[in-house]
Amino acid sequence: MNSQTPVTPADQSLLYPSPFKEFWHAFSRNKGAVAGLAFMLLVVFCALFAPWVAPHDPSEQFRDALLTPPSWLEGGRFTFLLGTDEVGRDLLSRLIHGARLSLLIGLSSVVMSLIPGILLGLLAGFFPRLMGPAITRVMDVMLALPSLLLAVAIVAILGPGLINTVIAIAVVSLPSYVRLTRAAVMGELHRDYVTAARLAGASLPRLMFVTVLPNCLAPLIVQATLSFSSAILDAAALGFLGLGVQPPTPEWGTMLASARDYIERAWWVVSLPGLTILLSVLAINLMGDGLRDALDPKLKNAI
Amino acid sequence: MALLDINNLSVRFGDKNAVPVVDGLSLTVERGEVLAIVGESGSGKSVTMMALMGLVDAPGIITADSMQFDGNDMLRLGRRQRRKVVGKDLAMVFQDPMTALNPSYTVGFQIEEVLRAHLGLTGKAARQRALELLRKVEIPAPESRLDAYPHQLSGGMSQRVAIAMAIAGEPKLLIADEPTTALDVTIQAQIMELLLSLQKEQNMTLILITHDLAVVAETARRVCVMYAGQAVELGQVPQLFDEPAHPYSEALLAAIPEHSQGAARLATLPGMVPGRYDRPHGCLLSPRCPYAQANCREQRPALDPKRQSLARCFYPLNQEVA
Amino acid sequence: MLSFIARRVGLLIPTFFGITLLTFALIRLIPGDPVEVMMGERRVDPEMHAQAMERLGLNKPLYAQYFDYIGQLAHGNLGESLRTRTSVWSEFLNLFPATLELSIAALLFAGVLGLLAGVIAALKRGSLFDHGVMGISLAGYSMPIFWWGLILIMFFSVSLGWTPVSGRIDLLYDIEPRTGFMLIDTLYSDDPGAWLDALKHLILPAIVLGTIPLAVIARMTRSSMLEVLREDYIRTARAKGLSPVRVVFVHGLRNALIPVLTVFGLQVGTLLAGAVLTETIFSWPGIGKWLIEAIGARDYPVVQNGILLIACLVILVNFVVDILYGLANPRIRHQR
Repeated sequence: MNSQTPVTPADQSLLYPSPFKEFWHAFSRNKGAVAGLAFMLLVVFCALFAPWVAPHDPSEQFRDALLTPPSWLEGGRFTFLLGTDEVGRDLLSRLIHGARLSLLIGLSSVVMSLIPGILLGLLAGFFPRLMGPAITRVMDVMLALPSLLLAVAIVAILGPGLINTVIAIAVVSLPSYVRLTRAAVMGELHRDYVTAARLAGASLPRLMFVTVLPNCLAPLIVQATLSFSSAILDAAALGFLGLGVQPPTPEWGTMLASARDYIERAWWVVSLPGLTILLSVLAINLMGDGLRDALDPKLKNAI
Repeated sequence: MALLDINNLSVRFGDKNAVPVVDGLSLTVERGEVLAIVGESGSGKSVTMMALMGLVDAPGIITADSMQFDGNDMLRLGRRQRRKVVGKDLAMVFQDPMTALNPSYTVGFQIEEVLRAHLGLTGKAARQRALELLRKVEIPAPESRLDAYPHQLSGGMSQRVAIAMAIAGEPKLLIADEPTTALDVTIQAQIMELLLSLQKEQNMTLILITHDLAVVAETARRVCVMYAGQAVELGQVPQLFDEPAHPYSEALLAAIPEHSQGAARLATLPGMVPGRYDRPHGCLLSPRCPYAQANCREQRPALDPKRQSLARCFYPLNQEVA
Repeated sequence: MLSFIARRVGLLIPTFFGITLLTFALIRLIPGDPVEVMMGERRVDPEMHAQAMERLGLNKPLYAQYFDYIGQLAHGNLGESLRTRTSVWSEFLNLFPATLELSIAALLFAGVLGLLAGVIAALKRGSLFDHGVMGISLAGYSMPIFWWGLILIMFFSVSLGWTPVSGRIDLLYDIEPRTGFMLIDTLYSDDPGAWLDALKHLILPAIVLGTIPLAVIARMTRSSMLEVLREDYIRTARAKGLSPVRVVFVHGLRNALIPVLTVFGLQVGTLLAGAVLTETIFSWPGIGKWLIEAIGARDYPVVQNGILLIACLVILVNFVVDILYGLANPRIRHQR
């Protein structure tokens, strides 16, 4: 059967949506992911403009308002929307400034492990005999220790503090990037386009970074999102254990640790920092799910 | 009384107004008979039998005037009652033996399970019987196979095990759903032979679902041709093969490679089976039928007696006595 | 099966040496003078300093130091705690049953509830229950458990007064340690209330520690079960006229369990990390709390070999899970 429909010149942009449009279309269908993104945008906004958004200075102590409950409760004051802590600091302001720290730790630890992770993964993938076994062995050893425990061990050596927290978390999340990159590279290396590039005389760095790497990015982006959320979680856990960022810096986990003593008297100093951690981590994980579905449908059933 | 009497069976997926996958099918099968159901993929052959077995799940809706099997209306039987029939008197062998067996259990376990559920056999008695069944389906060294896992068996061997499982309850009706499609050509004939000899030996009724007309010609006495969920022709094998009444049967026969000796190309039927959204008003075959007239596109023919068979066509072929 | 186990053991050995390298490096990487750090004081007398260097073997080349360390380990010598002067090994043995009891309780809680929720969610796909399980599991997966523990304490212990706040058992009871498992030791006690009290102490920590594994297991069981229920052999099982319970649990779950088991194994590591936090919140006298306290007190032999022991534990459990995985999946077992 021959159809005689005249061929109309179609608008090319309609036929081939830009990769970003295509991605956004898939991503926006996932309501949870969009909600997560919206929440994270709010957190990022708070973090960027903390000094202007926060009603008070995070370390200013209002001696006349110790442990004031949130404003909607009896005894609450409107100036302290979410109440104050044991030395009279405004909780909301501390949470907003805490967002800065958490995002900073998350971002810098992801960058600090992503780059060496990709490099090691590329090396392991491109030299499967020379470097592959050694690199994977080392990563296996690192994976044998639970991530938080390894982070604790590293902080135990380096001492507590912001920078050491970032280093510990970066080291801990390194193996997953190396493994992912290596697996993706090994998968791509046998493809014909790589052979073609080789035959065309592409240099090794070009093969690595221009030919192969872009095709391995999808799982790495997803992993980066997920390790961003676990970085926030681990940083808060270290802070809670007294091994992370030290008080009086308004870090969410550290705030929780000092709030422990008031568990019987002031529920808000215990509940609110943890709730903020939970919501942020949840939002990032929702985004991660959406990203995974949109970027890499193959991974859909993996955890 | 007939062993199986299906009356006006329809199966839909989704809601009541969805396009039926099986559309008003009526079918009678006598005891000890071999009936073949042929048709393209998606013509509703398998779904019909799944409906009978009670294997059609949630979005699927089954309606029928009655579905009598061996004195029971399978449609109105309670779940518990139906489970006593299914797997015992009514058994089925599926298409792909490599996936039809549970990879986590030994062959013996999977056969003995049927014996325990339906015959109350346990322990040594069950094992003994399972061994006999493996012998019956002509598996070499059956003692060693009892403790084998499915992944250790070849496709043909797995299908024999599946057959052993199906005949474990000495069924009155065995449904074989394309039992040889997934197998190597050399194994196909062996499996067909086994099924037929078991059928004769146990005087079992056999419904053979297939799209291989050559197999039908060699094995079945009656054949039901299905198209887009409807039975379009139902008749005795020699008549239907020699002088098909329905244009679709004719097209199927013409597509057998052996029938087109000398012809430059294999005969094909243009177009596709109508889908969910392009079901014609009239006869379902009308868009593809070379003999279609104006009223074929307006009205649907019923399955009526023609000279040589029952056919669903306004202008049946081969009506004059040759 | 034997060769399967042998192959796994072969993989174990290099990992073990890797871990010893790591814990060996741990101590050398501490900034500052090792003797001062070890002795916990500044400006040690030079003579004593030299002696300590000699005694600790720190004046030898690095590789010799490492071989010394391995030699000590081979002799079962894990050093002694700077605080208590008891051997690290015996401290570990004393405290480990508490962590084990807590972990087993947490895994039981997570495993039973997670499998059940996952299976039901899969069977009722798209229902309110399914959405509920998925939502709760996502929240559980993102849970800061140190906060979760505090919230539970606030609710159940402080507000309702149902459960105790900390420890393994009330000080009223004097329980003689026999097995180290409080729930078993209390059975030997004359006081009938002791067992119940021990159980009350265990419930909240077990829930807290089991939360993340619960979320992961429920999610994994659901997706794995959904996949398995589509398999042909499920149809075969139903065509045999087997009961739905038998089809779902004997034919479905058995196969769905294979990936769940792997995840379960991976959770053991997370569990031990979680134990550090949980034990800190509930003052549970286990190895997690021990390690954190040692870090706080700069008790380096405990930190070094405590981490080594925990790492070996994780490797060992993963090894056992690997073997179980082989048992559950005949296709793996027969692989060459």
